[in-house]
Amino acid sequence: MSADSPIAELGETPIVPAHVDAAFVSNEVSRVTEHRAPIGWWLVFGTALIALGILGLSVGYLIWNGIGSWGNNSPVAWAWDITNFVWWIGIGHAGTLISAVLFLFRQKWRTSINRFAEAMTIFAVICALLYPTIHVGRVWLLYWALPLPNQMSMWPNFKSPLLWDVFAVSTYFTVSLLFWYVGLLPDFATLRDRTKNLLRKKVYGALALGWRGSNRHWRNYERAYLILAALSTPLVLSVHSVVSFDFATSVIPGWHTTIFPPYFVAGAVFSGFAMVSTLMILCRQVFGLKDIMTMKHLELMNKIMLVTGSLVGYAYAMEFFVAWYSGNEYERYVFFVSRATGPYWWAYWTMVSCNVIAPQLFWFKRWRTSIPVMFAVSIIINIGMWFERFVIIVTSLHRDYLPSAWGMFSPTLIDIGCYIGSLGLFFTLFSLFIRWIPMIAMFEVKAALPGAQPSHHGAHDQEREGHGTLAAKEA
Amino acid sequence: MNDVAIKKRPVLYLAEFDNADAIIHAAEQVRDAGYEKWDVHTPYPVHGMDKAMGLGDSALGWIVLVCGLTGVTAAVTMIQWMNGYDYPLVIGGKPPDAIPSMVPIMFELTVLLSAFGAVFGMFGLNELPKHHHPVFNSERFDQSSNDKFFISIEVEDKKFDTKKTKELLESAHASYIELVEEEVS
Repeated sequence: MSADSPIAELGETPIVPAHVDAAFVSNEVSRVTEHRAPIGWWLVFGTALIALGILGLSVGYLIWNGIGSWGNNSPVAWAWDITNFVWWIGIGHAGTLISAVLFLFRQKWRTSINRFAEAMTIFAVICALLYPTIHVGRVWLLYWALPLPNQMSMWPNFKSPLLWDVFAVSTYFTVSLLFWYVGLLPDFATLRDRTKNLLRKKVYGALALGWRGSNRHWRNYERAYLILAALSTPLVLSVHSVVSFDFATSVIPGWHTTIFPPYFVAGAVFSGFAMVSTLMILCRQVFGLKDIMTMKHLELMNKIMLVTGSLVGYAYAMEFFVAWYSGNEYERYVFFVSRATGPYWWAYWTMVSCNVIAPQLFWFKRWRTSIPVMFAVSIIINIGMWFERFVIIVTSLHRDYLPSAWGMFSPTLIDIGCYIGSLGLFFTLFSLFIRWIPMIAMFEVKAALPGAQPSHHGAHDQEREGHGTLAAKEA
Repeated sequence: MNDVAIKKRPVLYLAEFDNADAIIHAAEQVRDAGYEKWDVHTPYPVHGMDKAMGLGDSALGWIVLVCGLTGVTAAVTMIQWMNGYDYPLVIGGKPPDAIPSMVPIMFELTVLLSAFGAVFGMFGLNELPKHHHPVFNSERFDQSSNDKFFISIEVEDKKFDTKKTKELLESAHASYIELVEEEVS
C-alpha cells in the first residue's frame, strides 16, 4: 500500500486505465453485490449446487458405510483422498502468496486480485480439510488428534508429521481467515455507506465493526496488515513443507527425499496461480471488471506460472537425477521403471505434459496475452497438478518391496463423487462470495491509483521514498 | 416523550476535502494549531498522514511480540510435558523429549498467537467494534468510504472555539464544513 508510481523512464505505465478513479472503483466493485446477478453467475452457482449435493450424498454414504467405500486398499492405502487434500491445499497457497508475499515485495498490482485470491485460499482449505477429516475413519473421534486431557491419560504423538499437519493446516486456515476479514473491514464500511437498504445497512454495518476510516485507526491497521503479511509468508511456506513431511519423513522410495518441501511449495504456488487465473478470467468476463482486473494483471500472473512451472519441471528432473546418482536401487526402480514406464506411465506423462510443457507457451507475449490460451493453460495446469499428487502418492505405493504385495488402485463411484463434490463446495462458496462480498479490495486499489497519495508534499515534512519527485512530475 | 423537543448539542466540526494533497496540508495546519482531540478520515491510508497529524509509531508490534513469545513458550511446555514427561513416547528410536520434532508446532503456535495478537490487538487499540460515533450523524460522511477526505475536530478539545476552529478549517481550504450535533439523552 505504498505510494510508488510507475517509472516513466523505464516505460512503466499505470496498471489501470486513466479513467479509473476512487469513485469508479467503489461503483464498479460494489455494483456486483448490489444488482441482480447476471445469468453467468446463476449458471455457475446452479452447477456448483448440484455438485455440492453429490458431495452430501457421497460423504453421507461414506460415513455410514466406512472408508472402505473408497477404492483405497493395501498396498495403495492413500489415494484420491490425500491427492485431493494436497491438491486443494496447494491451490490455497496462491492466495496467501498474493496477499502476503507480494505485499512485502511492494507489488502494487496485487491489489486488484488479492481479495479474490484470499477467498480462494479459505475455500480451498475448507475443501482440503474435508479429506483427512473423513480419512480418519471415525469422523466423530476427530478430536482425538488434539491434545485434550482424557480418561486414558494419553497424549498425542507430537513427533508425527500428521499431527504437525493438524496444527499447520488449522493455523493456516485461522490466520488466512483473520487476514481476509481484516482486509474486508474498510470495504464492508464502503458497502454500508452506499446502501439505502436497511437490511444491507445492518448486516454490512455489523461486519464493518463501526469502521470510520480514522487515521488513528489506519495507523494500527496498516501495522496489523504488515505484521500479518510478515507472519503469513513463512506460514505459507511452512504449511506445504509440513504437508510434504507427511511423505518425506516416511521410508517409502519416491517419498523419502529432501527436495520435497521446496518442490511442494513451488508446485502449490503454481497450481494456486492457475486456479486464480481460471477464476479471474471467468469473473472478469461475467461481471465485466476488465478495467480493474486488466490484461496486465493476467500477463503478470502468467509470468509467475511460467517461473513456478519451470521450477516444478526442475524438481521432476532432480528427482530422477538423485535417484540415479544415489545408486539406491529402490529409488532407481521407482523413478526409472515404475513411474516413467510402469502401469501408471500415462499419469506420469500427463503430469509432465501439463505442468512442464504447457506453461512454456507463456514465453511468448502473444500467448501470454491471449484469453483463450491462458484459460486453457490454467485448466491444463490444474489437471496436471492433480496428476502430480496422484503420481507421487499412488506410483510410490503400488509397487511394494515384495512383488507379492503389488497392487493397483481403481477409484470407486464414491471417490469420484467426493472429488466432484469438493469442486461443488468450492464453487458454491466462491459464487456466494463474489455475490455478497466485494471481490476486489477497493481501498487497496484506491490507495495504489495514480495520484492517490500526496504527490508534491513538502520535502521538509515527509521523506519521499525512491522516485517520489518523479511521480510528482508525472502527476 | 413526544412532547419534549429533541435537544441537540454540537460535538464536532467536520470538514471535507477533495484529495490527499489537500487533506495532508490541512492536517498539518490543525496539528500546528495545537489541537489534540481531532481525527482525519480517509477512504484509504494516506501516506505521511501519521507525521502530518503528529502521531507516533503504532504500539501493535509490542502486543504481537508478547503473544508470539507466549505461543512458543506454550508449545515447548506442552510438548515437553506431554511427550517427554507425562506420557513418554519413544518413536523411531528418538528420545521422548527430542527437540527437532518440536519445531513445526513451536512455529505454528507462535504464528497463530501472533496473528491473534495482531488482529485483536488492533481492534483493542482502535476501540473497535464501536458502531456509534458522532461523525456518522453527518449525511456527507458516507463519502468518507468512497472518495472524500474529512477532518473532525471535537468540541471537547481544549482549543476548540466555534468561530476560530471554523476559521482554521476554512483557511485550510475545506470544500465543506459542518458542525455535527448529537442528541442529548
